[in-house]
Amino acid sequence: MTVDETIRQVLVEHGRLAVPVESLADDTDLFGAGMTSHASVNVMLALEDAFDLEFPEKMLKKSTFESIGAIRSAVTEMTDG
Amino acid sequence: MATVPASPPDDTTAEEPWADFRRALLDDGILLTTGVDGIYGRSDVYESVVAAVDRLSAAAGADLGAVNLRFPPVMPWATFEKNGYLESFPDQMGSVHSFRGTEREHAELLRRTEAHEDRGPLLTTTDIVLCPAACHALYPTQSGTLPVGGAQFEIFGYCFRHEPSTDPFRMQSFRMHEFVHLGTPESARAHRDEWIGRGLDVLTGLGLEAEAVVANDPFFGRPGRMLAANQRFEELKYELVVPVFSTRRPTAVSSSNCHLDHFSRPFGIDTADGELAHTACFGFGVDRITLALLDRYGTHPAGWPAGVRSVLWP
Repeated sequence: MTVDETIRQVLVEHGRLAVPVESLADDTDLFGAGMTSHASVNVMLALEDAFDLEFPEKMLKKSTFESIGAIRSAVTEMTDG
Repeated sequence: MATVPASPPDDTTAEEPWADFRRALLDDGILLTTGVDGIYGRSDVYESVVAAVDRLSAAAGADLGAVNLRFPPVMPWATFEKNGYLESFPDQMGSVHSFRGTEREHAELLRRTEAHEDRGPLLTTTDIVLCPAACHALYPTQSGTLPVGGAQFEIFGYCFRHEPSTDPFRMQSFRMHEFVHLGTPESARAHRDEWIGRGLDVLTGLGLEAEAVVANDPFFGRPGRMLAANQRFEELKYELVVPVFSTRRPTAVSSSNCHLDHFSRPFGIDTADGELAHTACFGFGVDRITLALLDRYGTHPAGWPAGVRSVLWP
């Protein structure tokens, strides 16, 4: 799976979104699409498992997980770094 | 005043900023240690201040026509299952256990107790937990549709947080006097904002140097740090803090909170317009305000400044 496919799969399983994941654009606000704070925590933990990484303290905030594009930037920054 | 028996030896170490204050409270018999950190007996002097602070708390919202309710210090486990407390604060919860075993298991329980061995395996959970906040018992009772304009409640009760400490301000079992609003997103936020002012008026009226600061709850673990960051970013929680001890450490004595739909969603609470309600609460930390006064003015309330005494005991 590509990075984007993995992110979308995590969102399907943990995002508790009110809309189908296929309908989300790169910059769609996930919180606006129904993801709660608690769901975003589960998304964060699932991303760590899926990509085998641990988000550092400075990334543990809402904006890191606000869209598929934002999540990809964070994941890419860590896997490239 | 009743004679208070001497407290057992105290192991507070000198470097803790609350050491002097704690010693004064115990030496003067204001609080009595029980052998468990954060669990105290209270003297009649202490309780007289608590009663006065509670009266002032009630008076601060007397114009609102809030429905006045009391709940016991325990609540159903089922409420915990729904309201997210277990997700956010598993380390602070208090679960009530009892014994349901056989006579043979009872004998084993007694043997383990005598030997100071773990009794846990012989106890079973009940359907009861200790109430962590006075308002938590309210929401399950409000399922359904709110009246136009929402609803206001006033609740006083004992709360439990499992965070043992020798800091007198960090009691495990303490009292809160809350004003709760259930309504629209706008009315909930308005309640939160208005009560910051009402709360500050009560505290400054007692000569306490209170200020409101953005705060977060102590959510559990790494995921909790993200919840805390979100809570701060959205400014959902304000604490009213007062400087205490010789170090003037800011210590929260009240808080004003927006819950968004955190409680209304699991318990199905809607506004008159059929939208999901939002809720907000303001909590006077009655024990902490009492302690802030004892810290500020000393452990002999009879000698407190006349201006402060006249507010507490008009």
